[in-house]
Amino acid sequence: MSLSTAELGHFALILALAVALVQAVVPMIGAARGQRGMMELATNAALVQFALVGIAFLALMRAYVTSDFSVLNVAENSHTAKPLIYKITGMWGNHEGSMLLWVAILTLYGAAVAAFGRTLPLRLKARVLAVQAMVGAGFLAFILFTSNPFLRLAEPPADGNGLNPILQDPGLAFHPPMLYLGYVGFSMAFSFAVAALIEGRVDAAWARWVRPWTLAAWCALTLGICLGSWWAYYELGWGGWWAWDPVENASFMPWLSGTALLHSAIVVEKRDTLKRWTIFLALLTFALSLLGTFLVRSGVLTSVHAFATDPRRGAFILGLLALVIGGSLVLYAWRAPALEPTGSFAPISREGALVLNNLLLASACATVLLGTLTPLMLDALGGPKISVGAPYYNATFVPLAAPMLAALGIGPLLTWKRADLAPALRKLGIAFAATLAVAAATGFAVEGRSFLAPLGLGLAVWILGGTLTELVTRVRPGEGALRRLRLLPRAQWGMTLAHAGLAVTIAGITVSTGWKQEAIEAVKPGEAVMLAGDSYRLDSVAPEAGPNYSADRGTVTVTRDGGTIAVMHPAQKFYPLQVMSVADVAIATTGFADRYVVLGERQENGDRILRIYWNPLVPWVWFGAVMMALGGIVSLSDRRLRIGVPQRQAQPAGASRAAA
Amino acid sequence: MGHAAEPTSPSRRDATGPSLSPLKGGEGHGRRWLALAPLAGFLVLVGFFVASLLSGRNPAVLPSAMIDRPVPSFDLPPLEDAKPGLKSGDLSGKPVLVNFFASWCAPCREEHGTWAGYEAAGGVPLYGIAYKDVSANSKRFLAELGDPYQRVAVDRDGRTAIDFGVYGVPETYIVDAAGRIRFRYAGPVTPEILKDEILPRLARLEAGK
Repeated sequence: MSLSTAELGHFALILALAVALVQAVVPMIGAARGQRGMMELATNAALVQFALVGIAFLALMRAYVTSDFSVLNVAENSHTAKPLIYKITGMWGNHEGSMLLWVAILTLYGAAVAAFGRTLPLRLKARVLAVQAMVGAGFLAFILFTSNPFLRLAEPPADGNGLNPILQDPGLAFHPPMLYLGYVGFSMAFSFAVAALIEGRVDAAWARWVRPWTLAAWCALTLGICLGSWWAYYELGWGGWWAWDPVENASFMPWLSGTALLHSAIVVEKRDTLKRWTIFLALLTFALSLLGTFLVRSGVLTSVHAFATDPRRGAFILGLLALVIGGSLVLYAWRAPALEPTGSFAPISREGALVLNNLLLASACATVLLGTLTPLMLDALGGPKISVGAPYYNATFVPLAAPMLAALGIGPLLTWKRADLAPALRKLGIAFAATLAVAAATGFAVEGRSFLAPLGLGLAVWILGGTLTELVTRVRPGEGALRRLRLLPRAQWGMTLAHAGLAVTIAGITVSTGWKQEAIEAVKPGEAVMLAGDSYRLDSVAPEAGPNYSADRGTVTVTRDGGTIAVMHPAQKFYPLQVMSVADVAIATTGFADRYVVLGERQENGDRILRIYWNPLVPWVWFGAVMMALGGIVSLSDRRLRIGVPQRQAQPAGASRAAA
Repeated sequence: MGHAAEPTSPSRRDATGPSLSPLKGGEGHGRRWLALAPLAGFLVLVGFFVASLLSGRNPAVLPSAMIDRPVPSFDLPPLEDAKPGLKSGDLSGKPVLVNFFASWCAPCREEHGTWAGYEAAGGVPLYGIAYKDVSANSKRFLAELGDPYQRVAVDRDGRTAIDFGVYGVPETYIVDAAGRIRFRYAGPVTPEILKDEILPRLARLEAGK
């Protein structure tokens, strides 16, 4: 037998670590000494590192596809009876494989900067790629020393253990890659920030290089979180889609600070101020991404998600985290005070609004961090075990989000540097009237029982109104309006789309939490359950055989006023290999509301439990998130970010020396 | 947008040099402290994480309100005709282990191997309670993986489990000779946990008798 794939993959990882170490050190020295050759090494090293990790990734994928159970990781997590798609995606449904995916994406971003960053000044590029390689080396070492996916079994089993059935799902298959594209994408902002701190300069051109990477990561993270919550909604069968679970929070925190970063980078680009704050946000966002990885992978936190609870790994990751985040914060403490802003602005201005947005986003992020870590800290101090849930977040997160959303309606209408509030507010007259009308109608509908419903719907209308008003102001209806509409920059459309998406998501969140209805009843075939004016009749339950499961599949007919609306097929699946029962939820959606049916256990007397939810407007939560991500993608395609990147007009003395 | 990429100001050129220009005035000091704040916050956080990791505490060990309380009263029917069921009265006289399991729970399957080893080693009796499970499935589970229990009872509606404070299967309780719950372990018992957490406690109980 020739060299087998698993060993090839292992070997490629070791080589990748060696390349990463070289890439981390040599270009950095080159940049400090002005050695062109040493700096140029970074580009090729980044490409080679990506190729090597790519080989390792494909090697593991091959082991999964061919069901090579002599590889421990495959034997533990795969099975011959699994559909091909889940054999492939099962690769990152476990700790070792997901870490390999993490590093593969990290090197992908590095290679992208190496390949497409031709207009980057050589010195900045060398430093960015060196920092990227430092992070890469740390995680490659983590994989090789604590989480090697290529370990062999002396006696391969005849078949594998299979993957947790609830993870065998298209939503979850693509959730980790998207999430990681987001988490890891923020490493670019981090590397640029560290490089800028080392150089001691942050300017408009820097902001323009950072923004596309941040935007790409942000879009991926938005979609990743969206997929995750959608999966939780239709797969876990509890009718909800967000539980403030620590692992959900772990993905939400970098999203909040990443959103703040996107906005503050605009200020750096347009107005050459907020530099220290932007750098801090770039470091913070990646730090929170790492914390997300850390919270999941160590024994510090346990939840459904903690599929790799191992204190030794926790200690390694903690060390890595302390090095990466601590090191960058030391650098920040040392170098950031030297970053001088040049632009100044009045409190009432576009900058002012963006500062407010940033402060509120950062505070919201801090409350989520506090809510996530408090139980841990109390435990570390020997205090009681507590858990922090929705009541805490309703009391802290909502009061911070509300003024931010209120400001969001006005901010885009303000001019840079110094603005007048009165004309902006006058333009918003219609939006304001619509907001009041909707909030009043909502308050009336809930009979004043809840203030969250009128507040949420009012804010959704307000944001949408503000966004549309801003668009109309730019286009100015009348002569030439169509031409002006066509000429609007893509970044403008991106913002409009993203802000409108936020309004849609908020409407979805508000209505689905405020008006959802549920019923749980034991029924015999032929009997019906009434909910929200619909009748759900359980017609029959029939056995069904799947590739790696057996199931009881029900037929539920939904009627309203005598007419049939939908025929739904919820099931109770049983995976014999894992001895695990999983509910297969049936959802009938109209786009405005979901009918959500779960077939429960069979009772001793032959009755079946039916759990039925009526979730109004819940699809909007995800429509809105997709709109936000699309907004980001549209903005990413803006001409300015694609080709309009001007060379730095005045190279600093050091850089021209380096180029010589 | 002429000013967007404006030429470097003198102060910035200073900053790009090999050594940092000294900071001037009180404003500089304030800024320096502000720049240190994130680092300070982070160090506190790291301190907590280290403390948490070094404490050696297993986060899976959940405190139980039932510790040192008498077992709840219950009377559960047997799973099989050949073995007796379990009632609260059976839990006094000598220390015992009570293990809640279910055939539908994957960690229980993982845990079961540990109990096979435990049975072989002898020691205090191990009683099983099948939690919210169809009896036929429980029987199949034990037939397939071995039956380490001296008594196996059926808790069909999970009421007894609630009284015990079960958080999720598998869970294992140490009950002392006086019929009081002395220890609860939530999650699958591995051979290490059996050796480090459970057997020493049982030894202490037996010695204290």
